[in-house]
Amino acid sequence: MTDRDPAIVIEGLCKRYGEKRALDGFDLTVGAGTVQGLLGPNGAGKTTAVRIMSTLLRPDGGRVEVAGADVRTRAAEVRARIGLLGQNAAVDEELGGRQNLEMFGRLHHLGARRAGARADELLARFGLADAGSKAVAKYSGGMRRRLDLAASLIRRPRVLFLDEPTTGLDPRGRAEVWDAVRSLVDGGTTVLLTTQYLEEADQLADRIAVIDRGRVVAEGTADELKSRTGGDRIDVVLRDAAQLARVAALLPGEVRMDEDRRMVSAAVADRTAALTGTVRALAAAGIEAEDIALRRPTLDEAFLHLTKGAAA
Amino acid sequence: MSAIHDTDTAPAAGSRLGWAVADSWTMTRRELAHWARRPAQVVVGLLFPVMMLLMFGFLIGGGRGVDGDFRAYLVPGMLTMTMAFGLEATMLAVTQDLGKGVVDRFRSMPMNSGAVLVGRSVADMLQSAVGLLVMTAVGYAVGWRWHEGYASFLGALGLLLLLRFAMLWIGIHLAMVAGTPDMVQAVQILVWPVGFLSNAIASPASMPPWLGAVVEWNPLSATATAVRGLFGNPGAGGDSWAAAHAGLLAVAWPVALVAVFFPLAVKRFRDLGR
Ligand SMILES: Nc1ncnc2c1ncn2[C@@H]1O[C@H](COP(=O)(O)OP(=O)(O)OP(=O)(O)O)[C@@H](O)[C@H]1O
Ligand SMILES: [Mg+2]
Repeated sequence: MTDRDPAIVIEGLCKRYGEKRALDGFDLTVGAGTVQGLLGPNGAGKTTAVRIMSTLLRPDGGRVEVAGADVRTRAAEVRARIGLLGQNAAVDEELGGRQNLEMFGRLHHLGARRAGARADELLARFGLADAGSKAVAKYSGGMRRRLDLAASLIRRPRVLFLDEPTTGLDPRGRAEVWDAVRSLVDGGTTVLLTTQYLEEADQLADRIAVIDRGRVVAEGTADELKSRTGGDRIDVVLRDAAQLARVAALLPGEVRMDEDRRMVSAAVADRTAALTGTVRALAAAGIEAEDIALRRPTLDEAFLHLTKGAAA
Repeated sequence: MSAIHDTDTAPAAGSRLGWAVADSWTMTRRELAHWARRPAQVVVGLLFPVMMLLMFGFLIGGGRGVDGDFRAYLVPGMLTMTMAFGLEATMLAVTQDLGKGVVDRFRSMPMNSGAVLVGRSVADMLQSAVGLLVMTAVGYAVGWRWHEGYASFLGALGLLLLLRFAMLWIGIHLAMVAGTPDMVQAVQILVWPVGFLSNAIASPASMPPWLGAVVEWNPLSATATAVRGLFGNPGAGGDSWAAAHAGLLAVAWPVALVAVFFPLAVKRFRDLGR
């Protein structure tokens, strides 16, 4: 495998649970050293895909290659090259944090001494040094998640899977995880990340795949996905909600009204022309605006647009 | 971050067995560490069979149809029964473990895939060996004796642990078939009649002939009878083939059970992702 080869190649992946098709012709290619976001509503198949890529689950059909090895036929090699932070905590709750990391180090065949040293290093790095001997069952949710992440980094993996890494974390915990991910990526690790937080995908991911009902429905950079939702918009916030309809009539193109926020929003093609045109039209009609803003669609809007009609 | 870079040291073929042993030992240490964190539960686990022994020996009194010294008859029977009921402890531990996320981590790591099960079995065997020693010590304290020397004594412990080993793999397999801890409880209830339908605490001579035959062929009865012989304690008697060849059956039964359930359990574990 060279550095230019993709880190993950998935073609026509299928997985069924009884009658339920969790993955149904899932295709994805992830470039080495990039961060790939996986977005999708609940039940879209994100966790199923991650479990297959990390050799925990056998696919029913299709081809999955991770770090240059097929997950079905060369699982041992895949396991030596990946790290996994699953959706649910995957540490031994009864043991202490240090005991956990040391055990995983031994199972990664570091040998007793290196495993111990690595455990201390990771505990310090994730701010868990003081809690090292405390049973994990007594950890807070954030501490547990950090320990879990530390456990997926015992050997620096070539490909790291993060299934909703920051769900349930406070903003500080979230920022810590993000920092850890960024520094790994700087070191050349490929990251595949599923998340419910669009901001997280926007912040971390180079490319985002939106998945719905077991297949990828859109793929691209955050900007590409946003523009696919239908370009820029102009938002006009009024002092007086009674004037909403009048303003809506003044604006060209497809217009949305939001009574609660006293806002009219319209799709625009030419940003500058739309801005000057709107200001003039409002002045001519004698309507006072509280705020006028041009903006790109948010990833939330893109997400809702792309997964429209999904039975969550 | 000072990283450990050699991300894909695939073990050479020759060292694979070495790693399998090392991984199994790591998994055994994990169980020992669990015990160290809940000593009270370990002590209760050891004392429960002792309590049963004392209860049957002193409160409930003589067994049905047993001639002579009941306690001399009872102690080997209770040792046998304790080994058999180890099945429950194994089942419970395995289902609880498989329900935890940590098994996912084990399965996604480059470790030997059987080590999780081997670790469980070594730990359970260690606990059972300690349990046997505690029970024989208590038996000794209440007047039970063995009469055939140390070699026979060790032979008897060996037969008991062999039975435990068979129960272990049955337990691991049933736990994976049952899946959830609730289902385990249902299976556990079935262990009791099997345990008591043996000559562990009563003599088949006192039972209706059809029941007596079932009891004599019970693997527990074979072990109990063979162990009584090795200790020089009074036996259940009987002139059936099974009673006459108890020593042979005490080896054959567990070996056959392991031969069936060990591969089934390992296959189940390997197929967890299917
Ligand atoms: N073990 C299972 N047995 C049966 N059905 C399952 C199982 N695991 C997942 N499913 C189903 O497969 C589909 C995909 O589930 P999956 O967990 O992959 O979704 P997800 O995108 O990770 O959802 P979430 O955002 O809620 O984590 C869902 O409809 C789910 O109900
Ligand atoms: Mg999920």
